[in-house]
Amino acid sequence: MREGSTMNVLERDALDLLFTSLKERGFTLVGPTVRERAIVYDEMFSAADLPWGWTDRQEAGTYRLERRADDAAFGFTVGPHAWKRFLFPPVQSLFRAERSGSKMALRPAGPFAARYALIGVRACELAAIDRQDKVFLGGTYVDPVYRQRREGAFVVAVQCGQAGGTCFCASMGTGPRAGSGFDLALTEVLEDGRHWFLVEEGSERGTEVVATLPVRAATEEEIAAAGRAVERAEAEMGRTLDTEGLRELFLRNYENRHWDRVAERCLGCGNCTMVCPTCFCATVDDVTDLAGQAAERVRRWDSCFTIDFSYLHGGSVRSSIAARYRQWITHKLATWTDQFGAPGCVGCGRCITWCPVGIDLTEETRALRALDHGAPAAPQGGAS
Amino acid sequence: MTPLLEAVQPRSAEPVPAAASLADPMLPRPFEVRRVQAETYDTYTLELAPADGRPLRFRPGQFNMLYLFGVGEVAISISGDPGRPSPLVHTLRAVGAVTRGLCALKKGDVVGVRGPFGNEWPLDEAAGHDVVLVAGGIGLAPLRPAIYRLLAERKRFGRVVLLSGSRSPQDILFRHELERWRSRFDLEVVVTVDYAAGDWNGLVGVVTTLIPRAGFDPTDTVALACGPEVMMRFATRELERRGVPTERIYLSMERNMKCAVGFCGHCQYGPHFICKDGPIFPYRAIAPIFEIREV
Repeated sequence: MREGSTMNVLERDALDLLFTSLKERGFTLVGPTVRERAIVYDEMFSAADLPWGWTDRQEAGTYRLERRADDAAFGFTVGPHAWKRFLFPPVQSLFRAERSGSKMALRPAGPFAARYALIGVRACELAAIDRQDKVFLGGTYVDPVYRQRREGAFVVAVQCGQAGGTCFCASMGTGPRAGSGFDLALTEVLEDGRHWFLVEEGSERGTEVVATLPVRAATEEEIAAAGRAVERAEAEMGRTLDTEGLRELFLRNYENRHWDRVAERCLGCGNCTMVCPTCFCATVDDVTDLAGQAAERVRRWDSCFTIDFSYLHGGSVRSSIAARYRQWITHKLATWTDQFGAPGCVGCGRCITWCPVGIDLTEETRALRALDHGAPAAPQGGAS
Repeated sequence: MTPLLEAVQPRSAEPVPAAASLADPMLPRPFEVRRVQAETYDTYTLELAPADGRPLRFRPGQFNMLYLFGVGEVAISISGDPGRPSPLVHTLRAVGAVTRGLCALKKGDVVGVRGPFGNEWPLDEAAGHDVVLVAGGIGLAPLRPAIYRLLAERKRFGRVVLLSGSRSPQDILFRHELERWRSRFDLEVVVTVDYAAGDWNGLVGVVTTLIPRAGFDPTDTVALACGPEVMMRFATRELERRGVPTERIYLSMERNMKCAVGFCGHCQYGPHFICKDGPIFPYRAIAPIFEIREV
């Protein structure tokens, strides 16, 4: 817990006041809600839109909503949506061009501002947002769409009280406890017939919002009860991934027969990249009006599993599924670290759950390790 | 073979300061077509003047994203003289929807330009040494700004050798310029073609066959190569065989690119982004993956 941070208790029935307070501050609320038999992230109008009493059961290639015995609001893990759809929209206009005679006027598509309050962000998802921050904000160039949306966002984290069947954030060191990166963090506690939230402040903005709520200081026992909920999540992680020497394992196994074995199962559908909270690849489409006088350039999420992704004059560089799967997992678990200083995987398990054939990257990593012929001989003085 | 884990870390020359719009790096600037010159039956050189009069300064080896109204954008290296940045000069082959459209432009048409992007040929590092340039096909275009710079500052370098290969005599780029350069005493230019009819009096054979006999001192040479990957694979082998150290061999790489600023993910090559870490890499940095298929 943040040193010196204040811990308060908000009763279940007062949760909606948090929503009201954020709306009054001009935020558009987005959070988990039940739609089409899944918990998705969508615009919310009140706390009543939360998935009260629902939970999810996840396994490789399986996602099922089920009724809980209690009426917990956050008693599930993560669904097919990630917060990137609000910070890095799936479809985004980049600029418009207008032509008259031989002149061309180019107009930026912005402003891209949207002030979202993200409600119910899990620890692994905070880590994922941090990974995308490095991509879009951390280099020479900054993405103006992402920057405006990210800077405007108010983050309400939720500490996980349970883990899903495909979760492995504990292995990736990203959860289940959210330590920073939020304005407020809630821990939902249902114990002894009581239902309440521990509210932890992570920023001055967060403190200002808490000041508008009917909270009271948490007792030692209440703080301990919230801590027990997160410990429970840690104890029931559905998956593990051994991260020891992970980067080196992948970098020395570009050539391994294991990739052909995965390719026998992988459909190349790209589901894993669409649900992944860190995947940032995009393509662009150019469209014109019927008169051919106005054009627009639109950015869309793309996937390294499509054959077009690596197209160069003459053909695709990665024409086989084996090469495309190798690219994806090697990027996630190895080369992302070279590029951005941390792995591109946060252990949320979405790619495992939403793979239509249940390919499990923790399993594939174990299989690769089993076929690994070990580290190469030590470098010799740097000569080639 | 270079040890893999060590070799992925060093990056090529120092990063070049960003010149494209920092506020909105995805927004092109309008440029007017001043001249379209046919180099071969499928390759054209465009001269572009900035609509706002602000010249686009660049370093040899950098590239721009050229936007054709309503059709799309392509990454094209700059082929002009870095000492004379206006007009902006690009040489491109008509192979896809965008490049065909760009090659069909007429004087007075307008295109969008974003850039310059990427790093530069290591000419400062090459100062005081021999320089060998190995070009395959349109790979000569990104090397041409380096040649202009080498000639402009000729005294800083040792021997300078340009080895240029084309598929056939009809595919030879910058033919008049090559002739002019060949007549200079301070530059060795060797041109070859892969195949030719009987009226060709020049050399026949792939460009890499010129490396063993070219006039440079392998222990004191910086090699710059650009062309198809298979050509660069054989070029590095021949250069290594002659004794040029791997860290002195530089290759300009190409991958699909949508943004040129490290956002779109398309140009990844192992741990590298071609757009921002390259396009020019010391061979040593990419050697571990260079021989592997489908990276």
